[in-house]
Amino acid sequence: MTGTSSTLSIADMQAKARWVWEETLKIHKRSPETRVASSLSPVEIFVTLYYGGFLRQSPADPCWRGRDRCIISKGHGSLCMYPILADLGYFSADELEHVCKEGSFLGGIPDPVIPGYETVNGSLGHGVGVGAGMALGLKQRGMDQQVYVLTGDGELHEGSNWEAFMFAAQHGLDNLTVLVDNNEISMLGHTDTIVSHRSLVSKFEVFGWSAREVETGHSVAAIHAALTDCRSDRSGKPKAVVVRTRKGNQVPGLENAPLSHVTAIKQEVIDQLLGGCQ
Amino acid sequence: MNVPAIPMKAMRDTFLLSVYEAMLQDSDIFFVSADFGSPVLDKIRADRADRFINVGIAEQNLINVSAGLALEGFKVFAYAIAPFITMRCFEQIRVNLALLSEVRPMNVNLIGVGAGYSYVVSGPTHQCYEDITLMRAMPNMYVMSPADQVLAAQLPMRCLQNNGPKYIRLDAQVLPVLYGNALPSLDDGFQTHRQGEKVCLLATGYMVHTALKAAERLAAAGISVGVIDLFDLSKFDETKLNAEFSTYHGVVTMEEGFSGRGGLDAMMFDHIARHGLTLPMLNIGVTGGYRFEIGERQTLHEQVGIGVQAVVDKVSRFSQKL
Repeated sequence: MTGTSSTLSIADMQAKARWVWEETLKIHKRSPETRVASSLSPVEIFVTLYYGGFLRQSPADPCWRGRDRCIISKGHGSLCMYPILADLGYFSADELEHVCKEGSFLGGIPDPVIPGYETVNGSLGHGVGVGAGMALGLKQRGMDQQVYVLTGDGELHEGSNWEAFMFAAQHGLDNLTVLVDNNEISMLGHTDTIVSHRSLVSKFEVFGWSAREVETGHSVAAIHAALTDCRSDRSGKPKAVVVRTRKGNQVPGLENAPLSHVTAIKQEVIDQLLGGCQ
Repeated sequence: MNVPAIPMKAMRDTFLLSVYEAMLQDSDIFFVSADFGSPVLDKIRADRADRFINVGIAEQNLINVSAGLALEGFKVFAYAIAPFITMRCFEQIRVNLALLSEVRPMNVNLIGVGAGYSYVVSGPTHQCYEDITLMRAMPNMYVMSPADQVLAAQLPMRCLQNNGPKYIRLDAQVLPVLYGNALPSLDDGFQTHRQGEKVCLLATGYMVHTALKAAERLAAAGISVGVIDLFDLSKFDETKLNAEFSTYHGVVTMEEGFSGRGGLDAMMFDHIARHGLTLPMLNIGVTGGYRFEIGERQTLHEQVGIGVQAVVDKVSRFSQKL
């Protein structure tokens, strides 16, 4: 079994990101109980990872050993992965009609019963440590596969992440890349007003990571450049990319709203946003 | 001919020695410690440094890193003090071992040292009276609780042969040898040490030794009790255990954990109910709440109702009612 890495141009990926954004809203329209705001902030991150040539994958055999691992630690904020995985062939696009419906494997919080999901997600603060263990195991086996982990910034309030950050640096896990979907909002408000992270990049650096920031987190080109930079990084350190995003991106009333995490979008608003593209 | 005496060792060390020997043969075994050691562990650290990792005092990361290694096909032993490896990181165990192993094949073995009061002078932070309850709460967690070093040495092979998450609770002290002559059947999951007439003492871990002492005193008082070591708390042979029970009028559970809080006692209530047995039961476990007294293990045990004399008194009264 051999895998492929899907590679689109920057322009095609930006268009793909728009498509994913629309599909995510459509899923939310059918299943209003889904968490849509936190699923709109990482759209461009996922599109870049999955279509930008960074992940060797085998959708027909999702557990293929040669794959690059991608752990989606902020699981409940990854509804946008459903159209991506369907588009790549992990499962039929028909399944997108049934999110959160009886009998579907696509729930409000994704689980590893979904082809393409590596681990149990949604309970926060687990992905980095598990990813570090996988990265260590891959190194032990002499394999060159990469481990990517996506976390939210609110999730970084969990102390388990920082245990894992220290561990990964100690063991030089340079096959581990953590992407932070830094939308700066958790459930009850802006993280700065709850427990401020101050500078995440500085924190990563002090913890022994090679860290970089993407200020324009909804630009596929900017994320692509940062991930390319990570790939050529020979520092021997684990890598972090802090991506500044907007929760509820491009949805009026939702974007950057402090309580957007628990806010559903009205159906007529979704219809307006989607215009003629439904 | 005399059987050569077995050197007195902690069950931790015989267990680890078996792990060490397995690691020499099997390059898929990883050992992860949360800054917790033992003399035998020093051999693993020296001779298998490539597959020994100390994550530091970080039990959440101990579990998560172990899960990640297991996902990459390693058979993992995760090692720490019992209350910390079961309680500090309970949700990591639940999510990344119990839940995830339902979907992905994983072999992670949690080795908790310091069951019950075995860290005698360290007080309630380092003692562990809740672990059986908590680990058994997860339906796919395989829980083993040996009472001596000989049996403990057998368990690593069982761990390696069975996928899934497991918890092995080990005593921190050097205990008398129970299995110097013959090994019990690991598939049975229990071993009868003494046949009695009226009452059967069903004990696990350290309490097997208490049960044997209590049985002697009870016999001297004319009360004949049997003693069973239940060392497999998940997969023991229920039919065979029922056959043992059938000769008794009552059963007494004995655990070095809180009484009435979901431990061995709850497990046997469930067992008796599911099998429709008519078998009066007495449950001996730690009574009262958390305490801070300093003293010998036996003294502490008497204070909470699980010492030898407390057992003799309770079983005598129970026996009279049968």
